[in-house]
Amino acid sequence: MIDVQDLVKNFAEFEAVKKISFNVQPGEIFAFLGPNGAGKTTTIKMLTTLLRPTSGSIRIDGVNPATHQNEVRRRFGIVFQDPSLDGELTAEENLDLHGVLYGVPRRQRIERAERLLKLFELWEKRKERTKLYSGGMKRRLEIARGFLHTPKILFLDEPTLGLDPQSRNHLWTQVKALNESERLTVFLTTHYMDEAERVAQRIAIIDHGAIVALGTPVELMQQTATEKLEEAFLKLTGSAIRDERAGTSDQMRQFVRSWRR
Amino acid sequence: MSTIYILWLRGLKHYFRSRAQIVASLGQPLLYLLVLGFGLGPVFQKAGQGNYLQFMAPGVIAMTVLFSSIFSGLSLIWDRQFGFLKETLVAPVPRSHIMIGRALGGATAAILQGLLVLVVCLIAGFRPMNLVGLPQALLWMALIAIVFSSLGTAIGSRLENMQGFQMVMNFLVMPLFFLSGALYPLTGLPAALRYITGVNPLSYGVDGLRSALIGVAHFAPLTDLTVLAAFAVVFVIFGAWSFSRIEL
Repeated sequence: MIDVQDLVKNFAEFEAVKKISFNVQPGEIFAFLGPNGAGKTTTIKMLTTLLRPTSGSIRIDGVNPATHQNEVRRRFGIVFQDPSLDGELTAEENLDLHGVLYGVPRRQRIERAERLLKLFELWEKRKERTKLYSGGMKRRLEIARGFLHTPKILFLDEPTLGLDPQSRNHLWTQVKALNESERLTVFLTTHYMDEAERVAQRIAIIDHGAIVALGTPVELMQQTATEKLEEAFLKLTGSAIRDERAGTSDQMRQFVRSWRR
Repeated sequence: MSTIYILWLRGLKHYFRSRAQIVASLGQPLLYLLVLGFGLGPVFQKAGQGNYLQFMAPGVIAMTVLFSSIFSGLSLIWDRQFGFLKETLVAPVPRSHIMIGRALGGATAAILQGLLVLVVCLIAGFRPMNLVGLPQALLWMALIAIVFSSLGTAIGSRLENMQGFQMVMNFLVMPLFFLSGALYPLTGLPAALRYITGVNPLSYGVDGLRSALIGVAHFAPLTDLTVLAAFAVVFVIFGAWSFSRIEL
Protein backbone atom coordinates (compact mmCIF):
# COMPACT_ATOMS: atom_id res chain seq x y z
CA MET A 1 0.00 0.00 0.00
CA ILE A 2 2.93 2.28 0.78
CA ASP A 3 6.20 1.57 -0.96
CA VAL A 4 9.26 3.72 -0.26
CA GLN A 5 12.63 3.24 -1.97
CA ASP A 6 15.85 5.13 -1.15
CA LEU A 7 13.94 8.22 -0.02
CA VAL A 8 16.12 11.30 0.64
CA LYS A 9 15.21 14.80 1.81
CA ASN A 10 17.78 17.54 2.28
CA PHE A 11 17.12 21.01 3.67
CA ALA A 12 20.04 23.13 2.45
CA GLU A 13 23.03 21.41 4.11
CA PHE A 14 20.97 19.31 6.50
CA GLU A 15 20.09 15.72 5.60
CA ALA A 16 16.72 15.19 7.28
CA VAL A 17 15.99 11.81 5.68
CA LYS A 18 18.82 9.62 4.42
CA LYS A 19 17.92 6.98 1.86
CA ILE A 20 15.21 5.13 3.73
CA SER A 21 13.25 2.20 2.28
CA PHE A 22 10.26 0.33 3.66
CA ASN A 23 6.84 -0.89 2.65
CA VAL A 24 3.48 -1.10 4.36
CA GLN A 25 1.03 -3.87 3.45
CA PRO A 26 -2.68 -3.25 2.81
CA GLY A 27 -4.65 -3.46 6.05
CA GLU A 28 -1.55 -3.22 8.20
CA ILE A 29 -1.02 -0.91 11.16
CA PHE A 30 2.52 0.36 10.80
CA ALA A 31 4.25 2.44 13.49
CA PHE A 32 7.05 4.83 12.72
CA LEU A 33 8.98 5.63 15.85
CA GLY A 34 11.94 7.84 16.56
CA PRO A 35 13.26 10.55 18.87
CA ASN A 36 12.50 14.22 18.23
CA GLY A 37 14.05 15.47 15.03
CA ALA A 38 14.64 11.95 13.68
CA GLY A 39 12.78 12.65 10.43
CA LYS A 40 9.34 11.22 11.17
CA THR A 41 7.28 14.26 10.29
CA THR A 42 9.45 15.05 7.26
CA THR A 43 8.78 11.53 5.99
CA ILE A 44 5.03 11.86 6.58
CA LYS A 45 5.02 15.19 4.74
CA MET A 46 6.67 13.57 1.74
CA LEU A 47 4.24 10.64 1.80
CA THR A 48 1.30 13.03 1.95
CA THR A 49 2.38 15.39 -0.89
CA LEU A 50 3.25 18.31 1.38
CA LEU A 51 6.96 18.13 0.63
CA ARG A 52 8.84 17.06 -2.47
CA PRO A 53 11.52 14.41 -1.91
CA THR A 54 15.08 15.34 -2.88
CA SER A 55 15.46 11.88 -4.41
CA GLY A 56 14.11 8.35 -4.16
CA SER A 57 10.70 6.99 -4.96
CA ILE A 58 7.37 6.76 -3.15
CA ARG A 59 4.29 4.86 -4.25
CA ILE A 60 1.01 5.25 -2.40
CA ASP A 61 -1.36 2.53 -3.61
CA GLY A 62 0.82 2.43 -6.72
CA VAL A 63 0.67 6.20 -7.35
CA ASN A 64 3.56 8.67 -7.12
CA PRO A 65 2.73 11.58 -4.77
CA ALA A 66 5.31 13.88 -6.38
CA THR A 67 3.68 13.70 -9.82
CA HIS A 68 0.04 12.74 -9.15
CA GLN A 69 -0.74 14.79 -6.05
CA ASN A 70 -4.51 14.82 -6.24
CA GLU A 71 -4.82 11.13 -6.99
CA VAL A 72 -2.71 10.37 -3.95
CA ARG A 73 -4.56 12.89 -1.77
CA ARG A 74 -7.87 11.18 -2.45
CA ARG A 75 -6.44 7.90 -1.14
CA PHE A 76 -5.41 8.95 2.34
CA GLY A 77 -6.75 10.72 5.39
CA ILE A 78 -4.42 12.46 7.80
CA VAL A 79 -4.37 13.61 11.38
CA PHE A 80 -1.55 16.09 11.80
CA GLN A 81 0.71 16.53 14.77
CA ASP A 82 -0.79 19.97 15.39
CA PRO A 83 -4.51 20.68 15.35
CA SER A 84 -5.97 21.53 11.94
CA LEU A 85 -9.63 22.23 12.60
CA ASP A 86 -11.35 25.51 11.85
CA GLY A 87 -12.21 26.69 15.36
CA GLU A 88 -14.87 29.11 14.15
CA LEU A 89 -16.83 26.31 12.51
CA THR A 90 -18.86 23.65 14.29
CA ALA A 91 -17.91 19.98 14.21
CA GLU A 92 -20.59 19.37 11.63
CA GLU A 93 -19.37 22.23 9.45
CA ASN A 94 -15.78 21.07 9.67
CA LEU A 95 -16.83 17.62 8.47
CA ASP A 96 -19.02 19.03 5.74
CA LEU A 97 -16.26 21.28 4.42
CA HIS A 98 -13.93 18.30 4.36
CA GLY A 99 -16.50 16.21 2.51
CA VAL A 100 -16.94 18.90 -0.14
CA LEU A 101 -13.19 19.23 -0.63
CA TYR A 102 -12.94 15.48 -1.14
CA GLY A 103 -15.91 15.36 -3.49
CA VAL A 104 -18.08 13.17 -1.25
CA PRO A 105 -21.71 13.40 -2.52
CA ARG A 106 -24.02 15.33 -0.20
CA ARG A 107 -26.16 12.37 0.84
CA GLN A 108 -23.14 10.28 1.76
CA ARG A 109 -21.50 13.23 3.49
CA ILE A 110 -24.42 13.60 5.86
CA GLU A 111 -24.76 9.89 6.55
CA ARG A 112 -21.08 9.30 7.16
CA ALA A 113 -20.72 12.42 9.29
CA GLU A 114 -23.54 11.21 11.50
CA ARG A 115 -22.08 7.71 11.81
CA LEU A 116 -18.59 9.00 12.60
CA LEU A 117 -19.75 11.67 15.03
CA LYS A 118 -21.66 9.00 16.92
CA LEU A 119 -18.75 6.57 16.78
CA PHE A 120 -16.39 9.15 18.25
CA GLU A 121 -18.99 10.30 20.79
CA LEU A 122 -19.30 13.83 19.44
CA TRP A 123 -22.86 13.69 18.15
CA GLU A 124 -24.31 15.67 21.06
CA LYS A 125 -21.78 18.47 20.55
CA ARG A 126 -21.93 18.59 16.78
CA LYS A 127 -23.35 22.10 16.68
CA GLU A 128 -20.71 23.57 18.94
CA ARG A 129 -17.79 25.57 17.57
CA THR A 130 -14.67 23.46 17.78
CA LYS A 131 -12.64 26.17 19.45
CA LEU A 132 -14.66 25.31 22.54
CA TYR A 133 -13.69 21.62 22.32
CA SER A 134 -11.21 19.94 24.67
CA GLY A 135 -7.96 18.54 23.28
CA GLY A 136 -9.37 15.01 23.25
CA MET A 137 -12.55 16.03 21.46
CA LYS A 138 -10.58 17.89 18.81
CA ARG A 139 -8.41 14.87 18.18
CA ARG A 140 -11.43 12.59 17.90
CA LEU A 141 -13.07 14.95 15.45
CA GLU A 142 -9.89 15.11 13.39
CA ILE A 143 -9.75 11.35 13.14
CA ALA A 144 -13.42 11.23 12.21
CA ARG A 145 -12.74 13.86 9.57
CA GLY A 146 -9.68 12.02 8.24
CA PHE A 147 -11.93 9.04 7.75
CA LEU A 148 -14.94 10.79 6.24
CA HIS A 149 -13.95 10.27 2.61
CA THR A 150 -13.25 6.52 3.17
CA PRO A 151 -9.52 6.68 2.50
CA LYS A 152 -7.45 3.56 2.01
CA ILE A 153 -4.72 4.84 4.30
CA LEU A 154 -4.90 6.87 7.49
CA PHE A 155 -1.80 8.80 8.56
CA LEU A 156 -1.67 9.62 12.26
CA ASP A 157 1.19 11.89 13.30
CA GLU A 158 1.46 11.69 17.10
CA PRO A 159 -2.32 11.66 17.46
CA THR A 160 -2.34 11.10 21.22
CA LEU A 161 0.09 13.86 22.19
CA GLY A 162 -1.24 15.62 25.28
CA LEU A 163 -4.30 13.38 25.73
CA ASP A 164 -5.31 11.69 28.97
CA PRO A 165 -5.18 7.87 29.22
CA GLN A 166 -8.95 7.56 28.73
CA SER A 167 -8.92 9.53 25.49
CA ARG A 168 -5.87 7.64 24.26
CA ASN A 169 -7.50 4.32 24.98
CA HIS A 170 -10.74 5.31 23.27
CA LEU A 171 -8.88 6.63 20.26
CA TRP A 172 -6.85 3.48 19.66
CA THR A 173 -9.87 1.26 20.19
CA GLN A 174 -11.71 3.13 17.42
CA VAL A 175 -8.74 3.17 15.09
CA LYS A 176 -8.24 -0.53 15.56
CA ALA A 177 -11.93 -1.16 14.95
CA LEU A 178 -11.82 0.82 11.69
CA ASN A 179 -8.67 -1.04 10.69
CA GLU A 180 -10.40 -4.37 11.18
CA SER A 181 -13.86 -3.57 9.82
CA GLU A 182 -12.77 -1.60 6.74
CA ARG A 183 -9.28 -3.04 6.17
CA LEU A 184 -7.91 0.44 6.65
CA THR A 185 -4.14 0.76 6.42
CA VAL A 186 -2.76 2.90 9.25
CA PHE A 187 0.59 4.64 9.33
CA LEU A 188 1.28 6.20 12.71
CA THR A 189 3.97 7.94 14.69
CA THR A 190 3.97 8.21 18.47
CA HIS A 191 6.27 8.68 21.42
CA TYR A 192 4.30 6.25 23.55
CA MET A 193 5.87 2.83 23.13
CA ASP A 194 3.01 1.03 24.86
CA GLU A 195 0.64 2.36 22.19
CA ALA A 196 2.85 1.19 19.36
CA GLU A 197 3.20 -2.21 20.99
CA ARG A 198 -0.54 -2.44 21.46
CA VAL A 199 -1.79 -1.52 18.00
CA ALA A 200 1.04 -1.89 15.49
CA GLN A 201 1.77 -5.06 13.58
CA ARG A 202 5.16 -3.79 12.48
CA ILE A 203 7.38 -1.00 13.70
CA ALA A 204 10.17 0.96 12.03
CA ILE A 205 12.57 2.89 14.21
CA ILE A 206 14.14 5.92 12.60
CA ASP A 207 17.01 7.92 14.02
CA HIS A 208 19.09 10.72 12.49
CA GLY A 209 17.16 10.26 9.26
CA ALA A 210 17.90 6.55 8.84
CA ILE A 211 15.90 3.44 9.70
CA VAL A 212 17.82 1.58 12.41
CA ALA A 213 15.39 -1.30 12.92
CA LEU A 214 12.23 -2.69 11.34
CA GLY A 215 10.07 -5.61 12.42
CA THR A 216 7.26 -6.80 14.68
CA PRO A 217 7.45 -5.62 18.29
CA VAL A 218 8.57 -9.12 19.33
CA GLU A 219 11.32 -9.16 16.71
CA LEU A 220 12.62 -5.78 17.85
CA MET A 221 12.79 -6.95 21.43
CA GLN A 222 14.52 -10.18 20.43
CA GLN A 223 16.99 -8.31 18.26
CA THR A 224 18.00 -6.08 21.15
CA ALA A 225 17.66 -8.77 23.86
CA THR A 226 15.20 -6.60 25.79
CA GLU A 227 11.82 -7.31 27.32
CA LYS A 228 9.99 -4.10 26.62
CA LEU A 229 9.65 -2.06 23.47
CA GLU A 230 10.72 1.03 25.37
CA GLU A 231 14.02 -0.64 26.31
CA ALA A 232 14.52 -1.82 22.75
CA PHE A 233 13.88 1.72 21.54
CA LEU A 234 16.39 3.25 23.93
CA LYS A 235 18.96 0.60 23.09
CA LEU A 236 18.57 1.32 19.38
CA THR A 237 18.51 5.10 19.55
CA GLY A 238 20.67 5.76 22.63
CA SER A 239 19.50 7.61 25.70
CA ALA A 240 20.90 11.05 24.94
CA ILE A 241 18.22 13.75 24.95
CA ARG A 242 17.47 15.37 21.59
CA ASP A 243 16.80 19.03 21.38
CA GLU A 244 14.88 19.93 18.34
CA ARG A 245 15.47 23.46 17.22
CA ALA A 246 12.26 25.48 17.45
CA GLY A 247 10.89 26.06 13.97
CA THR A 248 9.12 29.22 12.95
CA SER A 249 5.78 27.66 13.78
CA ASP A 250 6.88 26.97 17.35
CA GLN A 251 8.04 30.54 17.71
CA MET A 252 4.74 31.76 16.34
CA ARG A 253 2.86 29.62 18.80
CA GLN A 254 4.74 31.20 21.67
CA PHE A 255 4.13 34.62 20.24
CA VAL A 256 0.42 33.99 19.97
CA ARG A 257 0.32 32.53 23.46
CA SER A 258 2.01 35.56 24.93
CA TRP A 259 -0.55 37.80 23.24
CA ARG A 260 -3.50 35.88 24.49
CA ARG A 261 -2.58 36.33 28.14
CA MET B 1 -16.78 24.95 -8.30
CA SER B 2 -17.95 23.39 -5.03
CA THR B 3 -14.49 24.01 -3.57
CA ILE B 4 -14.74 27.71 -4.34
CA TYR B 5 -18.25 27.83 -2.94
CA ILE B 6 -17.49 26.06 0.34
CA LEU B 7 -14.45 28.25 1.06
CA TRP B 8 -16.40 31.38 0.15
CA LEU B 9 -19.10 30.25 2.57
CA ARG B 10 -16.46 29.67 5.24
CA GLY B 11 -15.22 33.22 4.76
CA LEU B 12 -18.72 34.58 5.26
CA LYS B 13 -19.34 32.46 8.33
CA HIS B 14 -16.12 33.77 9.82
CA TYR B 15 -17.25 37.31 9.13
CA PHE B 16 -20.69 36.96 10.68
CA ARG B 17 -19.38 35.08 13.69
CA SER B 18 -16.89 37.75 14.68
CA ARG B 19 -19.33 40.47 15.66
CA ALA B 20 -16.81 42.11 17.96
CA GLN B 21 -14.49 42.49 15.00
CA ILE B 22 -17.21 43.99 12.83
CA VAL B 23 -17.82 46.66 15.43
CA ALA B 24 -14.11 47.18 16.16
CA SER B 25 -13.29 47.73 12.51
CA LEU B 26 -15.84 50.54 12.37
CA GLY B 27 -13.60 52.51 14.72
CA GLN B 28 -11.02 53.68 12.25
CA PRO B 29 -13.44 54.82 9.52
CA LEU B 30 -15.46 56.67 12.13
CA LEU B 31 -12.35 58.42 13.36
CA TYR B 32 -11.39 59.56 9.88
CA LEU B 33 -14.91 60.53 8.99
CA LEU B 34 -15.74 62.51 12.09
CA VAL B 35 -12.35 63.93 13.08
CA LEU B 36 -11.00 64.72 9.64
CA GLY B 37 -14.37 65.20 8.02
CA PHE B 38 -15.53 67.82 10.45
CA GLY B 39 -12.05 69.00 11.54
CA LEU B 40 -10.71 69.78 8.09
CA GLY B 41 -14.08 70.66 6.65
CA PRO B 42 -13.83 74.44 7.15
CA VAL B 43 -10.32 74.59 5.60
CA PHE B 44 -11.49 72.55 2.62
CA GLN B 45 -14.48 74.82 2.22
CA LYS B 46 -12.34 77.98 2.38
CA ALA B 47 -10.06 76.52 -0.31
CA GLY B 48 -13.11 76.53 -2.52
CA GLN B 49 -13.38 72.72 -2.74
CA GLY B 50 -16.88 72.38 -1.34
CA ASN B 51 -18.06 70.04 1.39
CA TYR B 52 -15.21 67.88 2.75
CA LEU B 53 -17.50 65.22 4.21
CA GLN B 54 -19.03 64.71 0.78
CA PHE B 55 -15.56 64.45 -0.69
CA MET B 56 -13.99 62.08 1.79
CA ALA B 57 -16.89 59.69 2.51
CA PRO B 58 -16.18 57.63 -0.65
CA GLY B 59 -12.51 57.61 0.41
CA VAL B 60 -13.37 56.29 3.84
CA ILE B 61 -15.59 53.60 2.31
CA ALA B 62 -12.75 52.61 -0.01
CA MET B 63 -10.39 52.51 2.97
CA THR B 64 -12.72 50.17 4.82
CA VAL B 65 -12.89 47.83 1.86
CA LEU B 66 -9.10 48.00 1.45
CA PHE B 67 -8.40 47.15 5.09
CA SER B 68 -10.99 44.39 5.38
CA SER B 69 -10.01 42.71 2.14
CA ILE B 70 -6.27 42.84 2.62
CA PHE B 71 -6.61 41.50 6.16
CA SER B 72 -8.87 38.70 5.02
CA GLY B 73 -6.11 37.70 2.63
CA LEU B 74 -3.52 37.96 5.33
CA SER B 75 -5.67 35.82 7.65
CA LEU B 76 -3.91 33.01 5.84
CA ILE B 77 -1.19 33.50 8.47
CA TRP B 78 -3.69 32.61 11.19
CA ASP B 79 -4.81 29.54 9.31
CA ARG B 80 -1.19 28.57 9.01
CA GLN B 81 -0.72 29.12 12.72
CA PHE B 82 -3.85 27.33 13.87
CA GLY B 83 -3.37 24.52 11.41
CA PHE B 84 -6.44 24.76 9.21
CA LEU B 85 -4.30 25.66 6.21
CA LYS B 86 -2.86 22.12 6.18
CA GLU B 87 -6.35 20.65 5.91
CA THR B 88 -6.92 22.57 2.68
CA LEU B 89 -3.43 21.95 1.32
CA VAL B 90 -3.74 18.15 1.40
CA ALA B 91 -7.20 18.19 -0.14
CA PRO B 92 -7.46 16.67 -3.64
CA VAL B 93 -8.48 19.91 -5.34
CA PRO B 94 -6.51 22.50 -7.30
CA ARG B 95 -4.89 25.02 -4.98
CA SER B 96 -6.04 27.82 -7.27
CA HIS B 97 -9.67 26.96 -6.48
CA ILE B 98 -8.94 27.14 -2.78
CA MET B 99 -7.28 30.50 -3.20
CA ILE B 100 -10.14 31.89 -5.29
CA GLY B 101 -12.73 30.66 -2.78
CA ARG B 102 -10.83 32.25 0.07
CA ALA B 103 -10.33 35.51 -1.80
CA LEU B 104 -14.01 35.74 -2.79
CA GLY B 105 -15.10 35.04 0.79
CA GLY B 106 -12.83 37.77 2.07
CA ALA B 107 -13.92 40.13 -0.68
CA THR B 108 -17.61 39.57 0.09
CA ALA B 109 -17.03 40.27 3.77
CA ALA B 110 -15.12 43.43 2.83
CA ILE B 111 -18.01 44.62 0.64
CA LEU B 112 -20.45 44.07 3.50
CA GLN B 113 -18.17 46.02 5.80
CA GLY B 114 -17.97 48.78 3.19
CA LEU B 115 -21.77 48.93 2.97
CA LEU B 116 -21.93 49.21 6.73
CA VAL B 117 -19.60 52.19 6.60
CA LEU B 118 -21.67 53.69 3.79
CA VAL B 119 -24.64 53.58 6.15
CA VAL B 120 -22.55 55.23 8.86
CA CYS B 121 -21.58 57.95 6.38
CA LEU B 122 -25.23 58.52 5.54
CA ILE B 123 -25.99 58.92 9.21
CA ALA B 124 -23.10 61.38 9.57
CA GLY B 125 -24.65 63.56 6.88
CA PHE B 126 -23.16 62.24 3.65
CA ARG B 127 -25.59 62.55 0.72
CA PRO B 128 -24.95 60.64 -2.52
CA MET B 129 -25.96 62.52 -5.62
CA ASN B 130 -28.61 59.97 -6.65
CA LEU B 131 -29.78 56.41 -6.06
CA VAL B 132 -28.47 55.14 -9.39
CA GLY B 133 -24.99 55.62 -7.98
CA LEU B 134 -25.48 53.02 -5.27
CA PRO B 135 -25.38 49.87 -7.41
CA GLN B 136 -22.42 51.38 -9.23
CA ALA B 137 -20.72 52.00 -5.91
CA LEU B 138 -21.19 48.31 -5.17
CA LEU B 139 -19.32 47.42 -8.34
CA TRP B 140 -16.37 49.63 -7.35
CA MET B 141 -16.30 48.16 -3.88
CA ALA B 142 -16.30 44.67 -5.37
CA LEU B 143 -13.36 45.50 -7.62
CA ILE B 144 -11.36 47.04 -4.80
CA ALA B 145 -12.16 44.04 -2.60
CA ILE B 146 -11.05 41.48 -5.19
CA VAL B 147 -7.83 43.33 -5.99
CA PHE B 148 -6.76 43.57 -2.38
CA SER B 149 -7.98 40.25 -1.02
CA SER B 150 -5.93 38.62 -3.79
CA LEU B 151 -2.93 40.76 -2.95
CA GLY B 152 -3.39 39.92 0.74
CA THR B 153 -3.49 36.21 -0.09
CA ALA B 154 -0.34 36.51 -2.18
CA ILE B 155 1.48 38.23 0.67
CA GLY B 156 0.02 35.87 3.28
CA SER B 157 1.34 32.92 1.27
CA ARG B 158 4.84 34.25 1.70
CA LEU B 159 4.70 35.36 5.33
CA GLU B 160 5.43 32.70 7.89
CA ASN B 161 4.72 34.67 11.03
CA MET B 162 3.03 37.67 12.57
CA GLN B 163 6.14 39.85 12.62
CA GLY B 164 5.76 40.38 8.90
CA PHE B 165 2.22 41.58 9.51
CA GLN B 166 3.37 44.90 11.00
CA MET B 167 5.68 45.40 8.05
CA VAL B 168 2.81 44.93 5.64
CA MET B 169 0.65 47.29 7.65
CA ASN B 170 3.20 50.09 7.83
CA PHE B 171 4.88 49.77 4.46
CA LEU B 172 2.00 48.68 2.28
CA VAL B 173 -1.50 49.16 3.66
CA MET B 174 -1.13 52.64 5.17
CA PRO B 175 0.79 54.03 2.16
CA LEU B 176 -1.81 52.53 -0.19
CA PHE B 177 -4.46 54.43 1.71
CA PHE B 178 -2.63 57.74 2.14
CA LEU B 179 -1.34 57.77 -1.44
CA SER B 180 -4.68 57.14 -3.08
CA GLY B 181 -6.62 60.35 -3.17
CA ALA B 182 -8.98 59.06 -0.49
CA LEU B 183 -8.30 62.10 1.68
CA TYR B 184 -7.29 64.80 -0.79
CA PRO B 185 -7.94 65.65 -4.45
CA LEU B 186 -5.34 64.39 -6.91
CA THR B 187 -5.27 67.64 -8.88
CA GLY B 188 -2.23 69.89 -8.60
CA LEU B 189 -0.05 67.41 -6.72
CA PRO B 190 3.77 67.56 -6.84
CA ALA B 191 5.17 65.31 -9.60
CA ALA B 192 6.47 62.58 -7.27
CA LEU B 193 3.14 62.22 -5.55
CA ARG B 194 1.35 62.28 -8.86
CA TYR B 195 3.37 59.32 -10.15
CA ILE B 196 2.93 57.29 -6.99
CA THR B 197 -0.81 57.88 -6.79
CA GLY B 198 -0.95 57.05 -10.50
CA VAL B 199 0.34 53.49 -9.98
CA ASN B 200 -1.71 52.85 -6.85
CA PRO B 201 -4.74 50.69 -7.74
CA LEU B 202 -6.67 52.17 -4.85
CA SER B 203 -6.54 55.64 -6.50
CA TYR B 204 -8.68 54.25 -9.31
CA GLY B 205 -11.02 52.52 -6.87
CA VAL B 206 -11.52 55.70 -4.85
CA ASP B 207 -12.00 57.68 -8.04
CA GLY B 208 -14.57 55.25 -9.39
CA LEU B 209 -16.42 55.21 -6.11
CA ARG B 210 -16.41 58.99 -5.95
CA SER B 211 -17.73 59.31 -9.48
CA ALA B 212 -20.54 56.89 -8.68
CA LEU B 213 -21.51 58.53 -5.40
CA ILE B 214 -20.95 62.26 -5.91
CA GLY B 215 -20.29 62.55 -9.63
CA VAL B 216 -16.75 63.87 -9.28
CA ALA B 217 -13.89 62.07 -11.01
CA HIS B 218 -10.19 62.74 -11.52
CA PHE B 219 -9.63 60.01 -14.10
CA ALA B 220 -12.38 58.92 -16.47
CA PRO B 221 -14.60 56.16 -15.00
CA LEU B 222 -13.71 53.96 -17.97
CA THR B 223 -10.02 54.38 -17.13
CA ASP B 224 -10.77 53.47 -13.53
CA LEU B 225 -12.62 50.37 -14.61
CA THR B 226 -9.93 49.22 -17.03
CA VAL B 227 -7.07 49.78 -14.62
CA LEU B 228 -8.83 48.12 -11.67
CA ALA B 229 -9.94 45.15 -13.74
CA ALA B 230 -6.39 44.70 -15.00
CA PHE B 231 -5.03 44.82 -11.45
CA ALA B 232 -7.69 42.33 -10.38
CA VAL B 233 -6.69 39.83 -13.07
CA VAL B 234 -2.99 40.20 -12.33
CA PHE B 235 -3.39 39.91 -8.56
CA VAL B 236 -5.75 36.93 -8.72
CA ILE B 237 -3.21 35.10 -10.88
CA PHE B 238 -0.34 36.21 -8.67
CA GLY B 239 -2.26 35.18 -5.53
CA ALA B 240 -3.19 31.78 -6.93
CA TRP B 241 0.40 31.18 -8.02
CA SER B 242 1.81 32.19 -4.62
CA PHE B 243 -0.77 30.08 -2.81
CA SER B 244 -0.06 27.00 -4.89
CA ARG B 245 3.61 27.21 -4.03
CA ILE B 246 3.13 27.06 -0.27
CA GLU B 247 5.15 24.30 1.39
CA LEU B 248 4.77 23.54 5.04
